[in-house]
Amino acid sequence: MSELSIQAAAPAIPGRLRLFWRSFAENRGAVLGLGIMVVLIVVAALADVIAPHSPIEQFRSHFLTPPIWEAGGDPAFLLGTDDVGRDMLSRLIYGARLSLIIGFSVASLSLVAGTILGLTAAFAGGMVDIVIMRVMDILLVFPSLLLAIVIVAILGPGLFNAMLAVVVVTLPGYTRLARASALSELARDYVTATRCAGAGSLRLMFDTVLPNCLAPLIVQVSLGFATAILDAAALGFLGLGAQPPTPEWGTMLSGSLQYYQRAWWVLAFPGFAILLTVMAFNLFGDGLRDALDPKLKR
Amino acid sequence: MTTLMQARDIRRYYSVGSGLFSRKGTVKAVDGVSFTLREGETLAVVGESGCGKSTLARVATLLETPTEGELHIDGHPTTDAAARQALRTSVQMVFQNPYGSLNPRKTVGAILQEPLTINGRGNAREREAAARAMMEKVGLRQDQFGRYPHMFSGGQRQRIAIARALMLNPRVVVADEPVSALDVSIQAQVLNLMMDLQDEFRLAYLFISHDLSVVRLIAREVMVMYCGRPVEHGPKESIFAQPRHPYTRVLLAATPSVDPRHRKTTITIKGELPSPLNPPPGCAFASRCPYATERCTAERPEPRLIAGHAVACHHAETIG
Amino acid sequence: MALLEIRNLAVEFATARGRFRAVDGVDVTIDEGEILCVVGESGSGKSVSMLAVMGLIAWPGRVTADVMRFAGTDLLGLPSRQRRKLVGKDMAMVFQEPMSSLNPCYPVGWQIAEALRAHNAVAKPKVRDRVVELLDQVGIPAPASRMGAFPHQLSGGMNQRVMIAMAIACNPRLLIADEPTTALDVTIQKQILDLLISLQKQGGMALALITHDMGVVAETAQRVQVMYAGQMVEEQLTDSLFSAPRHPYTAALLDALPERAMGRARLPTIPGVVPGIDDRPSGCLFNPRCRFVQERCLTTPPQLEGPAGARARCHTPLDAAGQPTGVAA
Repeated sequence: MSELSIQAAAPAIPGRLRLFWRSFAENRGAVLGLGIMVVLIVVAALADVIAPHSPIEQFRSHFLTPPIWEAGGDPAFLLGTDDVGRDMLSRLIYGARLSLIIGFSVASLSLVAGTILGLTAAFAGGMVDIVIMRVMDILLVFPSLLLAIVIVAILGPGLFNAMLAVVVVTLPGYTRLARASALSELARDYVTATRCAGAGSLRLMFDTVLPNCLAPLIVQVSLGFATAILDAAALGFLGLGAQPPTPEWGTMLSGSLQYYQRAWWVLAFPGFAILLTVMAFNLFGDGLRDALDPKLKR
Repeated sequence: MTTLMQARDIRRYYSVGSGLFSRKGTVKAVDGVSFTLREGETLAVVGESGCGKSTLARVATLLETPTEGELHIDGHPTTDAAARQALRTSVQMVFQNPYGSLNPRKTVGAILQEPLTINGRGNAREREAAARAMMEKVGLRQDQFGRYPHMFSGGQRQRIAIARALMLNPRVVVADEPVSALDVSIQAQVLNLMMDLQDEFRLAYLFISHDLSVVRLIAREVMVMYCGRPVEHGPKESIFAQPRHPYTRVLLAATPSVDPRHRKTTITIKGELPSPLNPPPGCAFASRCPYATERCTAERPEPRLIAGHAVACHHAETIG
Repeated sequence: MALLEIRNLAVEFATARGRFRAVDGVDVTIDEGEILCVVGESGSGKSVSMLAVMGLIAWPGRVTADVMRFAGTDLLGLPSRQRRKLVGKDMAMVFQEPMSSLNPCYPVGWQIAEALRAHNAVAKPKVRDRVVELLDQVGIPAPASRMGAFPHQLSGGMNQRVMIAMAIACNPRLLIADEPTTALDVTIQKQILDLLISLQKQGGMALALITHDMGVVAETAQRVQVMYAGQMVEEQLTDSLFSAPRHPYTAALLDALPERAMGRARLPTIPGVVPGIDDRPSGCLFNPRCRFVQERCLTTPPQLEGPAGARARCHTPLDAAGQPTGVAA
């Protein structure tokens, strides 16, 4: 086998991670989204340190103080105070923590549940597949927010129940995605090869197939993060999510709706925070998809 | 010589069209195949797409159970699930497309060790040593142990795939078009490797191919399939020298030869494969066959032994 | 005068790792009514060079050439509108995958008619007749009833016939077929090749056949160009190419064919792989794999030299006995 040894040392080929970063960084919007995300995470993590005040402390002498650059602003309250004298900036900072927790727990919960359901449907086939997928179809029939409202109405209002409702309404997306990509991977030869070696269903599902289905699921999670934050805020706005005085952005919005003519800041800042966060996650998710999807690559 | 695999009248049917509006039908993907595969030998299965050779490969690797017929591996029947599980490791497979047959998320080392891990063979150190030794055997460098499949060329990937198939010390390797996705110069390397490994480990190959020049090189016996049925089966030399079945003759004539003198001696046939859903009652090849008579369209020819070949043709004597 | 004349064709692609020359210094001449085969392994640039001729290289690819002339028309200076008029009419192409080259949403007859309408080849009322005639010409049985069939209702071989009918709809003077039979079975391959040759003979059309299969070359071509790593390494008449290849790569490629092996012998192989984007050697691109490599092969890139019809890109082209010539003892 003399010719075999001549396969000369191939030059280093860039690794997966470097290649991924290169194609991700080509998308400026995605990098911006990532930047905002990092800032948000840092702010949320250090909320206790950076926030100037407690988010629920009411300063009786400062109702609806405008932001510092407006006439009548107070240097102690950079972004002003709300109708019961709580510091807007501190509430927004703590709200960021809450929103990220909501996004993270909702997205990861529906990812895990959806992936397990989707993989089970793909592997089991037959009746199991039909039952799982028809249940998902039924969930998809209802407008998602309406369904979430119904679920919260049954379980009772509160942040935890609102999160659970959002998990249920986002579940079909993950399940269908996981099933579809698992089915396409199942048809590939490397799965057959592993099966030939005698692998059982669990190993095939989680060790062989799942890692190869992750790319689209990761993209879905990053976009699902934004949906979760938005849905939770919407439920909070409707009074079904986090209850006052929790500094949740949606709840903050609904509580201050009546002051929008007198004090624009009580409305604008939470709204802007939601906008910025959702946009950041969407930009990041889009960039992730472009970088991970080989079909969109040049 | 030891008989490693014996198939007796294997049939594999699929029912199709179970949808709401379509009529149910049966596709006879493999319809009555028998063969014996001995240690160190190669049986080549030749045919065009849709002839059932890939289904036969899946039956031989125990991925599917035959609808009818018996498959013995190493002398043991494969009828019950426990026996199949026990015999699974003695038949391994090499696939056509080296780009789809390796898990893109695993390193070469992990891919090679996986069969051992699944079957609980050895400890971590022994598994790594075995994987490294196998890399050496198939001509891969030790520093490629931690690399991912995408860093390799098609030929190298096929080496990895062959190495993986041999990790469990199988007796039989089913190779489904192992070189047809490769360039000529790479194809030669892989074929040489397969022949070397066969001599070293006394492997039996069930070699599935559409390329007759490759078959002529590597096979000892050849089975030509058409529409799920074997039409001619015999030793390579006599099949190539004196084909008895009209389809074998057409296949040989249609294979392009690099000898420009070959150009003039061609037979062409009209038409294409009949639909597998409603095959004709008689010989499946009758509609395209230049020798077809009324008997061919009415009565299905069964394989008969003529001069050492099993030929399924009513007119085999007159044609040869 | 040659029908198609191209000199020093280069196609470059901008990649994340810098500019990559997929095709470099390729000369192509095709005479009227001739069959030329372009043969090479994957990545040799054989398809890309023909796509460049058709003007089908999309951004970010860049095509340059010293001369690119088709039937006396300079293709380089031609505005894209006029070039589009030429492509599909006088110059047509057939691709490898018949299933994906046809639009699955329209019946095949409609798609052939579209090719006719695009170039106003026949008067409107006669389009239908012409489609039937074309389908008949490419050997589709019951052409009038097959017009309404969709691609998924036909087999691969039938679809390839439809593709050919579409390509010859406007009686092109040059038909480029890019691996037209690679996706098909051997018996169907034989039918399609016979069809292409008979069309070429009847219509006096020139045929450029791109393939990786030396057998297909031997069965069809009059003249052969061998490509390696984006360069044309050899150009010969078919018979002499197979009996006396002049470039060491061609010789090694022919030796590696299983058909030429005796018994169960090991095949002579070409060590290594075709150089990719990262590992192009200096000097001759084949030098890391060449049996006859010399000092100057490592430093100086050879030019395409030799008498017309037997040119090779090698410092020491092989003689009839397969031995290198011009080697200092």
